Amino acid sequence: MRDELRVSEEIISEKNIVYKKTECMTDAILSYCPGCGHGVIHRLCMEVVEELGILAETIGVGAVGCSVLAYDFMNIDMVGSAHGRAPAVATGIKRCWPDKYVFTYQGDGDLAAIGTGETIHACNRGENITIIFVNNGIYGMTGGQMAPTTLPSMKSSTTPFGRDVELMGHPIKITELVAALPGTYYVTRQAVHTPSAVRKAKKAIRTAFENQKLKKGLSFVEIVSNCNSGWKMEPVAANKWMEENMFPFYPLGDIKIDGKQVKES
Amino acid sequence: MGEFKLLKGNEAIAEAAIRAGADAYFGYPITPQSEVMEYLALQEPHKRTGMVLLQAESELGAINMVYGAAASGKKAMTSSSSPGISLMMEGISYLAGAELPCLIVNVVRGGPGLGTIQPSQADYFQSVKGGGHGDYHMIVLAPASVQEMSDFVKLGFDLAFKYLNPVMILSDGLIGQMMEKVELFESIPRNTESDFSWAVTGKKPGREKHRITSLDLDPLLMEKHNQELQKKYKRIRDEEVRYELIDCDNIDFLFIAYGSSARICQKAIKLAAEKGIRIGLLRPITLYPFPSKIINDFASQVKGILTVELSSGQMVEDVRLAVEGKVKTEHYGRLGGAIHSPEEVLEAFEKLFIKKS
Repeated sequence: MRDELRVSEEIISEKNIVYKKTECMTDAILSYCPGCGHGVIHRLCMEVVEELGILAETIGVGAVGCSVLAYDFMNIDMVGSAHGRAPAVATGIKRCWPDKYVFTYQGDGDLAAIGTGETIHACNRGENITIIFVNNGIYGMTGGQMAPTTLPSMKSSTTPFGRDVELMGHPIKITELVAALPGTYYVTRQAVHTPSAVRKAKKAIRTAFENQKLKKGLSFVEIVSNCNSGWKMEPVAANKWMEENMFPFYPLGDIKIDGKQVKES
Repeated sequence: MGEFKLLKGNEAIAEAAIRAGADAYFGYPITPQSEVMEYLALQEPHKRTGMVLLQAESELGAINMVYGAAASGKKAMTSSSSPGISLMMEGISYLAGAELPCLIVNVVRGGPGLGTIQPSQADYFQSVKGGGHGDYHMIVLAPASVQEMSDFVKLGFDLAFKYLNPVMILSDGLIGQMMEKVELFESIPRNTESDFSWAVTGKKPGREKHRITSLDLDPLLMEKHNQELQKKYKRIRDEEVRYELIDCDNIDFLFIAYGSSARICQKAIKLAAEKGIRIGLLRPITLYPFPSKIINDFASQVKGILTVELSSGQMVEDVRLAVEGKVKTEHYGRLGGAIHSPEEVLEAFEKLFIKKS
C-alpha cells in the first residue's frame, strides 16, 4: 500500500502533467448528470477563453435550463438572463462594450422556442457576439418535456407516445435558419461525443470567439448533445442513439464560413 | 441659467437622456411615446456623446438589452406605453431581483388590452405594487410637466444608481404629447470608465469574478436576499418621498392627484376658490415611495379628501391606507383614455362633499 502511494506521488508531479483544468473553470462540482455533454462544452469554451488570453475582456450570458448555473462553473464575469432572452442581454452588453468578448450559452428550449425572437433578431442584426447553442432535443431541467428540436416520434414526458408532427409540429432546424440571415458570419454544428468530435468542436468555438475581433457578424455554434436522463438511456446508449437519430436530422459540419453558406455536397 | 427649449414631453425625455450621460437607449415603437426614439435618432446621440441607440425587435428585447447594459455597469434606459410595459414586466422583475439600475419611462395610455392611445393613469397598480412577479418595488416618479419629464430623467438615473434599483417615470399621453417651455440642465459627461464592484466587464487579474443573477435555488438564501431587498425598500421609503403642496394653507378640503390629473386639479381648486371653497392640492411626486405621512397629517386637519386619477381609483387605495379612516376619502376619475375637465372635477367634488352633507 505504502509503495503504491509512493509510486503515485512520483507519477503525480508537476513535470508529468499532460493535462490541466483551465483556470477559467471553478472547482465547483458540476450539477450535470453523468454522461451529459454540458461539462465538456463548458470546458471547451473556457479553454478557448484562456488560450486566447481574453479572460479580462470576456462576459458570459447564461440562460435558463440545465446550464442555468453555468456561472458557478465558469470562472468569468457572467450574467444570468431570463428564459430565452440571452441574445438580447448580450446585445445590450456588446453594444455598450464593442471591444469585449460576449457570448451566450443556451439550450434548445431557451434558444429555439421561448427565445426565437431574440435569437433571430440578434442574428439578423449581426451582433458581434458568439452564441453557443446546446441542442439535446429535450427540456432537461424541467424533467424531459418536448423541445422545439425533439425529433419526430421521439418520446418525451409531454409526448409519451412520441412526437406526432401532425399535432405538435416539426422540429425546428434553427441553425440552418439563422445561417440564411445576412447577419451571421459563422454558423456550424458540432458534437462532443468522441475525442475527435471534441477537438473539432473546440476549433469551432475558438473560431467563433476569434471572429468577434473581425466585427463582421454573429458566430453561432450548435452542439448536438445527449440527455441521458431526459432520453432515459445510459450514457453509451444515448450517444449511440444520438449518432443514429439526431445526426441524420441535424448533420454535423460547417454551415456558413466567413459570411458565406457552405454548399451542400 | 440653462438653455430653454420648447419641447414635447417625449422629446424632453430624449434630450434629457443625452444630457444625463445615458449610455444606452433601447426601445420599441408604440403610441403615444414614439417621439422619444425618433428624437434620439435625429439627434444621433452616438455622435453627441457616444450614447448607444438601438431599436429592438420587441419590448421584451428592449428591456433585456437594458438588463444587459445595466449588468455591465452602464446607464441604460427604455421607454414605452402601457401594452409595451406589460410585456416588459418579466424583465423588470429580473432587473429588480438582480438589483440593477435602469430607467424605464411609461407614457401611459388607456387600457386594458390594446385599449386606446389617449392618456390614462390606470397603470398605477402595475407600477407601484409590482406588476411583475415577486416581492419587489420600483422607485416611481410622476412628472406633471414637460420640465419634470426632463428633470426626472436625471433624478431617475441618480436614484437608480444610488439604490441599484429600476426607476420608472410614470407619465401619460397628455404629458408626453404636450409642448411646454423647458429649462434644460447642463450636460453630464458619460462615465466611460465605469467598472463598478458589481458589474460584469470581464474578470480582471486579482479580483473575483462578478456574477449577476436573480436566482438562488436555496430558499433560505433567497429569503435572505428578499430581506435585503425589503431593507432597501424601507430605506427608500424613509429617504426618498417627494411631493408638492399647492395652495394648502387654511384649507377645508384636500385634493390628491399626480401627473396630468394634478394639472387639471390646479385649475379646479382655483374654480373652487372663486366659489369660496378652500381646497388645497397635494401632488405626490414619488408614487413609490408614497407620501403617506403628510397625507395622514392632513387627514387630521381637513374635512374631506378627494383623489383625482384618470382611472377607476387606484392611488385612492394608498391614500385611504394613509388616512387610516380619519376623514372621508373619495375618488373621482374618467376612464379608458377620457380626460376630466376642471369643471367636472369640481362638480364631482361638490356632489361628494358639499351637496350630500
